[in-house]
Amino acid sequence: MPAAVIVFPGSNCDRDVAVALEAASGRPPAMVWHQESALPPSDLIVVPGGFSYGDYLRSGAMAAHSPIMRAVTARANAGTPVLGICNGFQILAEAGLLPGILMRNASLKFVCRDVDLRVERADTVFTSAYTQGEVLRVPVAHHDGNYFADPDTLQRLQDGGQIAFRYCDAGGNVTAAANPNGSIENIAGIVNAAGNVLGMMPHPERLADPLLGGTDGAPMFTALAEAIAA
Amino acid sequence: MKARIHITLKNGVLDPQGKAIQQALTGLAFDGVEEVRQGKYIEIELAASDTEAARAQVADMCEKLLANTVIENYDIEIVA
Repeated sequence: MPAAVIVFPGSNCDRDVAVALEAASGRPPAMVWHQESALPPSDLIVVPGGFSYGDYLRSGAMAAHSPIMRAVTARANAGTPVLGICNGFQILAEAGLLPGILMRNASLKFVCRDVDLRVERADTVFTSAYTQGEVLRVPVAHHDGNYFADPDTLQRLQDGGQIAFRYCDAGGNVTAAANPNGSIENIAGIVNAAGNVLGMMPHPERLADPLLGGTDGAPMFTALAEAIAA
Repeated sequence: MKARIHITLKNGVLDPQGKAIQQALTGLAFDGVEEVRQGKYIEIELAASDTEAARAQVADMCEKLLANTVIENYDIEIVA
């Protein structure tokens, strides 16, 4: 079954992620408008990056309550893999599918550059083509990427191995200097307790083809394509 | 009736915007600005005529949309 990409007013990475998915799987994903109330049959749902609803109120807050998100939540709870990138991560957090919240960057600046990420979990459906501890270089482009969770939630994330990616230096060291936005514990991406929902601020789809200047993001889509073809 | 809602960051949650405002005020030579916390103010006109029903309705709005209670508190004032 093809993947489904949710499109909100203000999404701007929906086409990029569709290109990456099609390159990996050979099939174009279904593009699903946010006003729809039902999803087509799909084994993977992607909530793409962008600025849904102009980031009004809080980034992702309005999109999290759009009609399609009830269907996304139901499918996520039933075990379908759901990938949220950047604004998609913000939306999944606001929808309660992932714990915590993405706050304004500590620097108050919009950060748009390549960062290094350390793979903390290589055993999820999203990251199985990476190796544990591998360092990827992919871009971030966000104003609200400062991950925050209360101490109890953070402890649960750590105990449950729910931290998928951390910002690091080129050598894989997790340092304050390598943290682009002030995220607690350098968290760049997390999975839910069941492991089928991943939210990440960096954009693997933006470095998934040699023409884009790098391919470190491509293995995520290769892994997903294999998983949904199986 | 009207609801006035103040949404503020919880204690202990870093507020970089508040800190930037504080630094700007200090830069403008306003002495003694010890801390600034930035929040949101929302006004809602309601058809309800019962104050307590209105308050309950607005509290539900805050929980579901207007505030993110991971980091924010809300304070509701109902005025006729």
